[in-house]
Amino acid sequence: MKENTMIAEQNRGIVRIPNPPTIRAWASVVGKKEHDGPLGGDFDLHAEDDRFGMDTWEKAESEMQRLALGMLMKKSGCREEDIGAIFAGDLLNQCTGSSFGLLDAKIPYFGLYGACSTMAEGLMLASLLVGGGYFSKAAAVCSSHFCSAERQFRFPIEYGGQRTPTAQWTVTGAGSVLLSSDGCGPYVTEVLPGISVQMGITDAANMGAAMAPAAVDTLSRYFASSGVSPDEFDLIVTGDLGQVGHDITSDLLLSMGYDVRRVYNDCGLLIYSSESQDMHAGGSGCGCSATVLCGHILKRFANGQYKNMLFVGTGALMSPTSVQQGLPIAGIAHLVRISAEKPTEMGGGNA
Amino acid sequence: MNLDAKTYQKYANAYAKKSPSPKNCIAAFLVGGSICLLAEGLYRLYLHLGVAEAAVRILTPVTIIVLTALATGFGVFDCLAKAAGAGTLVPISGFANAVTAPAIDNKAEGMIMGVGAKMFIIAGPVIVYGTLASVVWGVIYYFLHMRGIV
Repeated sequence: MKENTMIAEQNRGIVRIPNPPTIRAWASVVGKKEHDGPLGGDFDLHAEDDRFGMDTWEKAESEMQRLALGMLMKKSGCREEDIGAIFAGDLLNQCTGSSFGLLDAKIPYFGLYGACSTMAEGLMLASLLVGGGYFSKAAAVCSSHFCSAERQFRFPIEYGGQRTPTAQWTVTGAGSVLLSSDGCGPYVTEVLPGISVQMGITDAANMGAAMAPAAVDTLSRYFASSGVSPDEFDLIVTGDLGQVGHDITSDLLLSMGYDVRRVYNDCGLLIYSSESQDMHAGGSGCGCSATVLCGHILKRFANGQYKNMLFVGTGALMSPTSVQQGLPIAGIAHLVRISAEKPTEMGGGNA
Repeated sequence: MNLDAKTYQKYANAYAKKSPSPKNCIAAFLVGGSICLLAEGLYRLYLHLGVAEAAVRILTPVTIIVLTALATGFGVFDCLAKAAGAGTLVPISGFANAVTAPAIDNKAEGMIMGVGAKMFIIAGPVIVYGTLASVVWGVIYYFLHMRGIV
């Protein structure tokens, strides 16, 4: 038992990827509300009708994944057979959004479930395997759809109810990235896998509060082990904590001595306009961090605006059954450091 | 993070904005009141048209149910309900929407396991406990009646 604990302790450190892979291409597909939002112009594709030409919402979500991968292939100029593996996930039971959406792609497939942290999880795993030399190229895709998520987690679409001010709106969108062992950046230089943290929040309409402790845990572990100051980054962004989770994370980190306020934002706050779109606490869902990363953020790496950032995917680990049974909601936060340049001195393995 | 779960829950609660209750109450009163006013108008209209009063008592809620089902089908009911809250939930419109919405939503899973099985997923508890409550009250009423109280 003691030995296991030691291994776990050792693994809590940051993984510095010896040969940082390049994020060679990225693509994003969104629905109408997301396109109408403040980041609308950053996304590659959008649909006027959230059904994406399909007859069910689940097929619409899969179609977004198919489009996101197709766009990625087009932008990167790669062929499917060049890609070693694809890591994909969504919020639907048994990850069918991904498995059906990527059915026609002749690429080895791993289905992931990290709730809304899946983009960071996929990006992290793909980066580790490319950086470790196992694949020369790997992709990560993930999606969420407001309607398929509502059906699974909440109420039928046309059900008339009021949402609480802490409730968030599931983003309709999919994002994809292609990691490559060759290329000239932006690079995934470090990753810090999240540990699930549960602080007794049972309200499924307040996911921000449920996930914030996990974000605080991951970010504080990162700052403590790396010794890097938050000010060294152009942006530190969490996945979908929304207004409530964002404020809690910012304040808790400050109380621990890490002042992130100048550079910290949340994808759930970026994607919609809080004044005109009435999204309550902000956006959520796998597609939230996926589209903001693959639409908005990476574009700003390409034009030189960002040089160094922390992307922290946040997920609420629950199911409708666990919530009905009164179980508290655990959160998880996976951290990925993206830099425009390779670090000068590279240490191998764990820090 | 040196916070235990209890302290954190208190801490997090302070960040959660509360629902705007006065605004919600006013909207519920106005919309709910308007639905009742519409029902009252229908009631008088049907009587005026010469429908027997016993039939009007059924016809009026049925009209509201049909109107709600149509509004749900056309996708406008949820927009109204978002502002109205209890105003659309408490009258029979709330019940009608709670049955129609899952019926539309689960069409893709087929008529048996979709529409048939899921139709009462929200309204089911209302029917179960409504029936149960009426049985309990029926028994109470029986004894009160026997003793000549009611």
